[in-house]
Amino acid sequence: MAEDSLIPVYIMGKQYMVPPSLTIMKAMEYAGYKLIRGVGCRGGFCGACGTAYRIQGDPRLYFGLACQTVVQPGMYLAQIPFFPAQRARYDITRLEPTATTLFSVYPELLRCLGCGTCTKACPQEIDVRAYMAAGMRGDIVRMADLSFDCLMCGLCAARCPAEEAQYNIAILARRLYGRYLAPRSRHLEERLEEIKNGKFDAQIAELKSLSREELVARYKARDIEP
Amino acid sequence: MLQLGTLQPPSLTRGGYPPEMCESIRLVEATRPRRLTETFPAMSLEEREAILREFHPDYKEEAFRAIRVGVSEGQRMPLELADVVEGRPHIGPDFDLSCPAAVTDVLVIGGGGAGASAALLAQENGARVILVTKLRFGDANTMMAQGGIQAADRPEDSPAIHYLDIIGGGHFTNVPELVEALAMDAPFVIKWLEELGVMFDKEPDGTMKEEHGGGTSRRRMHSARDYTGAEIMRTLRDEVRNREPDITVIEFSPAIELVLDDRGQIAGAVVMNLETGARHFISARAVVLATGGSGRLHYQGFPTTNHYGATADGVVLAYRVGAPLGYLESMQYHPTGAAFPEQIVGQLVTEKVRGLGAQPVNKYGEQFVYPLEPRDVESAAFIRECALGRGVVTPSGQPGVWLDSPMIDIIHGPGTTQRALPAMVRQFARFGIDMTKEPILVYPTLHYQNGGVRLRPDGSTAVPGLFIAGEVSGGVHGHNRLMGNSLLEITVFGRRAGRAAAEFARRMNPGRPTLAHLEAWNRELAEAGIDTGVVSPILLPDYTRKG
Repeated sequence: MAEDSLIPVYIMGKQYMVPPSLTIMKAMEYAGYKLIRGVGCRGGFCGACGTAYRIQGDPRLYFGLACQTVVQPGMYLAQIPFFPAQRARYDITRLEPTATTLFSVYPELLRCLGCGTCTKACPQEIDVRAYMAAGMRGDIVRMADLSFDCLMCGLCAARCPAEEAQYNIAILARRLYGRYLAPRSRHLEERLEEIKNGKFDAQIAELKSLSREELVARYKARDIEP
Repeated sequence: MLQLGTLQPPSLTRGGYPPEMCESIRLVEATRPRRLTETFPAMSLEEREAILREFHPDYKEEAFRAIRVGVSEGQRMPLELADVVEGRPHIGPDFDLSCPAAVTDVLVIGGGGAGASAALLAQENGARVILVTKLRFGDANTMMAQGGIQAADRPEDSPAIHYLDIIGGGHFTNVPELVEALAMDAPFVIKWLEELGVMFDKEPDGTMKEEHGGGTSRRRMHSARDYTGAEIMRTLRDEVRNREPDITVIEFSPAIELVLDDRGQIAGAVVMNLETGARHFISARAVVLATGGSGRLHYQGFPTTNHYGATADGVVLAYRVGAPLGYLESMQYHPTGAAFPEQIVGQLVTEKVRGLGAQPVNKYGEQFVYPLEPRDVESAAFIRECALGRGVVTPSGQPGVWLDSPMIDIIHGPGTTQRALPAMVRQFARFGIDMTKEPILVYPTLHYQNGGVRLRPDGSTAVPGLFIAGEVSGGVHGHNRLMGNSLLEITVFGRRAGRAAAEFARRMNPGRPTLAHLEAWNRELAEAGIDTGVVSPILLPDYTRKG
C-alpha cells in the first residue's frame, strides 16, 4: 500500500501509520504487536478486546471491540482487556428466583445511580441502565432478556461511578431465569424417561450392527421432516 | 435490540455495498418472489460424492502429506498440521520435575466448553481440579458457536434417527459407539444445561423451538437466539467460578508438554506462563485434554472462523506421549463465512440463517444448491459456483455467493431476523449493511477439525490417565460434522471425560514422573532426519507485519 494512503493512529500514545481499512486489532498487529491480552475470538463474541478511544479534536470517549471497530485517522486507543470486578459466589441450586435473591447476592445492585454511563460504554449496544433498573425492581425476567447479548467484556463496570459489576449481576439473573422461571419442556422430560427405560436401546443396537451398505440404504430411505 | 445511546463517531459508518455489487443485488431481489415458492432439490449420495471430489479442499492431494514419526506414522494430514505435529518440543528431557508448582487430582487443559464441562463433572465426582487455559477462561470456539445444539427430544424424533443423521453426514466412517454416546446423551445434556440456567429458545408453553440444520432429517436444533455457544460457555464458566476453590482456574498458562510416569501413565503437564515465559510442572493423577482445534493454521490459505488460540496444541501434546490420531485428513469448511466487507472476511455467518429460510443464490439471483446439504457438500457447491464464474467478486477480489437473508422476515414475519439473529444483524450493521433488507455475501471458511486424537466412548485415550473431549478428539463425526453436534460433543464428552478422569484419579497408583518420552521423540526425529523448523505446540499464530 502506498505510504500516502496510510493514516496515523496512536496506540498507548505512540504514533503508527496504518491502512485505513483495518480493524483496531489488525492495526495493532500491523504496527508490530503480537497480542496476548486483549485478543480472543476475533469475531465479536468473547469480549476480550474491549477498547476505549478518542479521536483527535473530539472531547468524547468512545468504546468498541478491537476486532470489530475500524480505525480512523487520529484515533488514540487503549485496550482494557482485564478489569477487576466484584463477583459473588453462589450455589444456583439453593437460590430462589426472587428480588430478595438479587439484592442479597449483590447488595450493591441498589447503589446504581441510573446515570447511563454503562449504556454509553457498551459495545453491544445493550441498554445496561435499563436492565439494572429492571434488577432494582426485582424483575428477573426483564433483566435476563435485556442483558442477553452481553459478552461480559467489562467496559460497563470500568466506567461505572457506583462501582457496579453489571455483567456479573446480569448473568445471575439469566441463570435464575433459565433454571427456575423459563417454562418447562414436557417433551424433554418424556424423552429422558424413554431413554432411561431403554426404549431406544434395541434400535441403536440394530443400527450399530448394520453393514455399511445397509446403513447407506437406511440413510437414503429416511424421511425428511419439512 | 436497543439502539439507545452508544456513541459511535459518524465517520465509522461505512455505507454498505459498492455499485457493482448493487447491480447483482437487484437481480437477487427480482427473482425473490419466484424463489419463495421453490426449493432447489437435494443431491443424491452419488452427486454429493462427485462434487466433493472435484471441489472440496480435502480432495486436493498436494495439500496433504503423511507424518513420518510416532504411533500413527503414515497418517495423512494437511501440510501445515504435519509440520506442527513433527515439531520440536519447547523443553528438553532434563526439565526439572522434582518440585511441582501445584498438585491436583485432575488437571484440565483448555478453557472452552469441553474443559469447563469436564472440570464440573470431575469436581462433582470428588476430584480436586486445576483448569489451565491459554488465553482467558472462555476464549474458545464454544463462545462463537451461534446456531445451536442438537438433541432428539421431540416425539417426531428419536436418538436412532439422530444416529443415522450423524453417521450419514460423516460419510459412514464414524465410530459407532461414539455416535451412540452423542445421540443418547444429548437430551440429558440439554436438561443439565437448563438446570445450570441456560436460556434456550422456547414457546410460551415450554416447547423447545427447534430448527433444521444441514443434514438433519428432523428439527432438533436447540438455540439461545444466535448466541447459543456464548450462552452455554458463560453459564458453564460462571458455574466453574462458583466451585472455587475445589476448581482452580489459571489463565494465560497453556500446556507445552504432557508428563508421564515411569509406568507409562499420565503424571501431569508442564505449563508456560504466557506473559513471563516461566514454565511450571503441575502434577496430576489424571489429565483431561480439551484444547480445541486448529483453524489458525490456515490450511490452504483459507481464512478461519476460529478463535485466536486454535493452533492444534492438543494433537501435538497427545501424540508425543503416544496417543494415536485419526481422521485428520478431513477438515471442515463452513459454507458461509463472510466474504464482504473485507474487515470480517472468514467470520462465521451461522447456518441458522439458512435454517430460517435464506437461500444461497448466484450473481444472477438463481439458486444452485439445496440450502441445507451437509457442510462439506454445501461448501463444495459454493466453490464450484464461483469457479464457474457465477459468483460475485468483491472490489478486493474475494469471490462469494449471496445468502438471501431478507427472505427470513418475508417467510416468518417482520422482526424475526432481529429476534433470532441479533448477533448477525449487529455484525453486518457495524459495516452499514442491513441484512434484513439486503442479502449478504458468503464463501467457505475453515471451521472445524473433524479428526484428532482417537477417542473412546468414556472419554479415555490409549494413554492411561489421559482423557480428551471436544474438537481435539477424532472419531465422533467421521469425516464431516453436522451443525449443532459440536456444542453437543463438548458437553457430552466433556462430562464423560471429567467423570472418568475423577474415577481414574481415585484408583491409580502414581509412579515417578519423567520426560523420557521426549528423549525417544527427539531420537525418532533425528533418525528420520526431520526438522520442520517448528517448535510446537505453537500456541499462537503470528500476524505481525513482516518486513
